[in-house]
Amino acid sequence: MSLQKLWKFRAGVLGLLIVAAVSGLATFAGTVSQHDPYDQEIAKRLTPPVWDERGSSAHPLGTDPVGRDVLSRLIYGGRVSLATGVVSVLIAAVIGIALGLLGGYYGGNVDSVINNLVNVMMAFPFMLLALTAIAVMGPSFRNLVIVLGITGWPIYTRIVRAETYQLKALEFVTAARAMGFSSLTIITKHIFPNLINTIIVTSSLEVARMIIQESFLSFLGLGVQPPTPSWGGMLGEGRTYMLTHPWLATLPGLAIFVTTLGINLLGDGLRDLLDPHQY
Amino acid sequence: MTTYVLKRLAEAVIVCVGISVITFLLLHVAGDPVQLLLSIESKAEDAKILRQALGLDRPLYVQYGIFLKGLLRLDFGNSLFIREPALALVLERIPATIQLTVAGMVLAILISIPLGVIAAVRRYTLLDNLCTMLAVSGQAMPIFWLGLMLIILFAVKWHVLPASGRGTPLHLLMPAATLGASLAPITMRMTRSKMLDILSEDYIRTARAKGVHERLVLFRHAFLNASIPIVTILGLQFGRLLGGAIVTETVFAWPGIGSLAVSAIRNFDYPLAQAAILMMALIVVLVNLSVDIAVGYLDPRIRFD
Repeated sequence: MSLQKLWKFRAGVLGLLIVAAVSGLATFAGTVSQHDPYDQEIAKRLTPPVWDERGSSAHPLGTDPVGRDVLSRLIYGGRVSLATGVVSVLIAAVIGIALGLLGGYYGGNVDSVINNLVNVMMAFPFMLLALTAIAVMGPSFRNLVIVLGITGWPIYTRIVRAETYQLKALEFVTAARAMGFSSLTIITKHIFPNLINTIIVTSSLEVARMIIQESFLSFLGLGVQPPTPSWGGMLGEGRTYMLTHPWLATLPGLAIFVTTLGINLLGDGLRDLLDPHQY
Repeated sequence: MTTYVLKRLAEAVIVCVGISVITFLLLHVAGDPVQLLLSIESKAEDAKILRQALGLDRPLYVQYGIFLKGLLRLDFGNSLFIREPALALVLERIPATIQLTVAGMVLAILISIPLGVIAAVRRYTLLDNLCTMLAVSGQAMPIFWLGLMLIILFAVKWHVLPASGRGTPLHLLMPAATLGASLAPITMRMTRSKMLDILSEDYIRTARAKGVHERLVLFRHAFLNASIPIVTILGLQFGRLLGGAIVTETVFAWPGIGSLAVSAIRNFDYPLAQAAILMMALIVVLVNLSVDIAVGYLDPRIRFD
């Protein structure tokens, strides 16, 4: 890629760098972080970050109410956020794409059932669906991913269905049908490859949305359970100390913000790169 | 127009039936309400008695039938904790939620639409880039964190605004700003792209060529045409706005349906949770239906589609 092109997609490149940095930190959390995220040094509890005059470089971002190192917990917390985002998007995308392809390709009754289902799901505030399901199933990483995946599919169905419907009318599909290919072959080999760009862009933006949803559920105590560090959970714990120790709520939120910003920039950049006609 | 309205109405009814099924299943299939209500030490007999008392020992379709019959008579059952009709508790909270969402939406519109128009008119300038950067950052902002940051700054540090609750107009300011921030970025970006589409149309060039004042071209020829898709998008975003209201209400202890739903779900008060979830979904359906009808009325191309 030429420098000129890189400059044109500078926002996307910045996004890619942020995403790479956050994933790198999360993957190598064990080597990168100074402290064990579960290690409680109660004598040093609520140490302020290093820019405060009472802070110390031993704990650059300070410690939490039980004396755990905030920076190390943030680094490990990235694992939960990224894993939830990616896995739940995979689940949602598989369900949503399958239904969208079916509805768009076959049309008729199949399509109207699927379309009504999408409308029903879209009418619910997504947050409440996820919240209820988690409350009933019990909070855990596995349930969190399942619930976010199962409630997050309609957006893919809507997009894939509309595109499939348009593609189906094109000549190469008619040609494939005339050559006697089965519907399954046409859907998987002829239609699906044309949807990949759209799916990649939508999925990347959805990862950011899922990370925010996960962090809100964890903030309410319905996400990954303590003592496992997660950004939402740390924010929830920090809320109690908001009046006296505001950094405990500020820093995890900043981590969520920077990560979702990076993912969104990358997603927008991918859209411009893969689909230049839109602009 | 009548056929169009009837078609939309029929779709809305189907969606409502779907909503009732999912709300019912959510709490009955995903888990056992009785287990959630009892403590670990409760005896097996207690579970049996409670199950009978709540009618949970009947087959699922019978329970759904009873649930649906109740819905049609607007009877959602009593809250398990407050022992009052769930519907009344939910209805009590509606004005607060409406006040918050309307305030949030107005704030978002007032900020995002002018910015979107300016960004489109001054395309690729520093101003446009700044607006886009603002929108991109806004979209990445977890709004519950934004709410907490506002509380830390305005309530804790500077003591200028109340941290939570509802009462005076001052109480509304931070929650409305938080909620508005969740809607503004997407509205701004949509306004910008719709305005850009329209500004490249032939009739805009014609208007300019015949010497129509630029302000008039921008407002009457461009913006009025862009406003139809913008209204549609705002309508479609309503569900998301209500979702944002749930988050905002929780952070600011705003006494609306959202915070009621969250606390009901966390207390396993399932009749109350069902009533609140159902009511919110119904509001979304109603708003979408009204937007569809309004847009069909404004733009004849849509109703003949």
